[in-house]
Amino acid sequence: MNIRQLSVFIENKTGKLSAVLGLLGENKIDIRAMNIADTRDFGILRLIVNDTDKAAEVLKAGGYASTSSNVIALDVDDTPGGLAGALSVLDGNGISVEYMYASLSSAGSSAHIIIRVDDNEKASAALSAKGYKLLSDEDIRNI
Amino acid sequence: MENYWNKEIECMSREDMKKLQDERLVAQVKHVWDNVPYYRKKMEEKGVTPDDIKSTDDLYKLPFLSKADLRDAYPYGLLAKPLSECVRIQSTSGTTGRRVVAFYTQHDIDLWEDCCARAITAAGGTKDDVCQVCYGYGLFTGGPGLNGGSHKVGCLTLPMSSGNTERQIQFMMDLKSTILCCTPSYAAYIGEALKEMGYKPEDNCLKAGIFGAEPWTEEMRREIEKSLGIKAYDIYGLTETSGPGVAFECSEQTGMHINEDNFIAEIIDPDTGEVLPEGSKGELVFTSITKEAFPLLRYRTRDICVLSRKKCSCGRTLIKMAKPMGRSDDMLIIRGVNVFPSQIETVLIAQGYPPNYQIEIDRVKNTDTFDIYVEMTDEMLSDTVKDIQTKEAELVGAIKTILGINPKVHLVSPKTIARSEGKAVRVIDKRKLV
Repeated sequence: MNIRQLSVFIENKTGKLSAVLGLLGENKIDIRAMNIADTRDFGILRLIVNDTDKAAEVLKAGGYASTSSNVIALDVDDTPGGLAGALSVLDGNGISVEYMYASLSSAGSSAHIIIRVDDNEKASAALSAKGYKLLSDEDIRNI
Repeated sequence: MENYWNKEIECMSREDMKKLQDERLVAQVKHVWDNVPYYRKKMEEKGVTPDDIKSTDDLYKLPFLSKADLRDAYPYGLLAKPLSECVRIQSTSGTTGRRVVAFYTQHDIDLWEDCCARAITAAGGTKDDVCQVCYGYGLFTGGPGLNGGSHKVGCLTLPMSSGNTERQIQFMMDLKSTILCCTPSYAAYIGEALKEMGYKPEDNCLKAGIFGAEPWTEEMRREIEKSLGIKAYDIYGLTETSGPGVAFECSEQTGMHINEDNFIAEIIDPDTGEVLPEGSKGELVFTSITKEAFPLLRYRTRDICVLSRKKCSCGRTLIKMAKPMGRSDDMLIIRGVNVFPSQIETVLIAQGYPPNYQIEIDRVKNTDTFDIYVEMTDEMLSDTVKDIQTKEAELVGAIKTILGINPKVHLVSPKTIARSEGKAVRVIDKRKLV
């Protein structure tokens, strides 16, 4: 099961990140999880939001370059070693992780981990088979 | 004591030079008419025949040739000799669609090298000198031209070609080079490198430098002269007419003497094509009156400059051209290489980028900086930095392949490149060269 992630191009200059987040806020886009990959000249802001289509429209209208891609959202126990167990499943299946980031769930008992792997389908199947819970776009909307 | 390579020509009276030019022009027009259908057609369209050209006074009647003609006639359309008579080609800094291929017979090579020999001699070169040529060798005319001139003069020639500064300096020191030929920015770079290595200007044996192929200023000249402990001479030329040596500087260092026995220079109004009187600023036009294989008549260089017949203290009577003060087209010269913004645009589109870009050129520590700002698009964006950087590296590689020089690429947000009247400003040239 995949969820959609938006990636936004941001120049590495003061105020650029605040501007894009402000724009999303004004348009009532709720951010569920986020992460920034940065280089000397630019950064990629990765977002999991409550309404991906609307966010994409808002960004386009605001003059931002953005693209959507599929990632996996995994629910893991918020206990020591919880994530390590999930990663060893991926590792055991020869699936490599491009990047990942996490957010704590409001319930406090589990954490949401966003993972970008080289093969989403294979990773989903392997994790589900081991009893891990994967979130859907629907789940994300309802968080 | 001024040295001349060919005193008879270089100090010829104006009357004799005009007579020589008249004879050569009349013969050249006939040669072109008989052998270059492309130009003959242009003459016919203008209603001119060789009979109308009786002297240089009739030069204005002939049609112009431009870079666009060279493109249309590529590769053989302006060739005036059978290929079996040609021995060499040279070409401009590799450009898609704008490439110029010039052909030479042995006679043409001899004349070209002779022009370069005059330049080297005017810079004080003799058979006792060690001449280090670090212009690029190959299709570029810089290396082959000065190499040939150096041989004619009888200098010990070091055919270094460009790059590998450490090796350049090692040869310069070990073999005691006395004359350096390269682009002015490379000369400045060598000067800096020598300083960094702990050498003082008097530690090298250099006495003169012959620098050209890119615009440079008087300030830069002084700086190079100081850092290398030499006298720096300017040289001018273009592949279309032969290469370096069309004009060269003498000890007075106030402009370059045009080798008028081979090239007739005119200054025209770039908009109307009208010939302007001596001393006017306008576009420089050359007519080759001795070249056999690739004899361009009234070729528009796009260089804006001024001609002067003011008496020169060096004794030469050859007309002088000032340093070109700009271009009448959009061509840029970056690190000695001819660059048209459209070439960069072509690469961007081929690589999937939008044609929204800006080229920024500056000169930092006497070396041209070359930055290209490109707007990011949804299509070119990826969620991983790696993908974007791979594409960026491919873009740099593709531009380097086309131009031969490395740009620094900066990806910027959509619609952030300045537009004036709806049209993007393509080039920002911050170099202060005039």
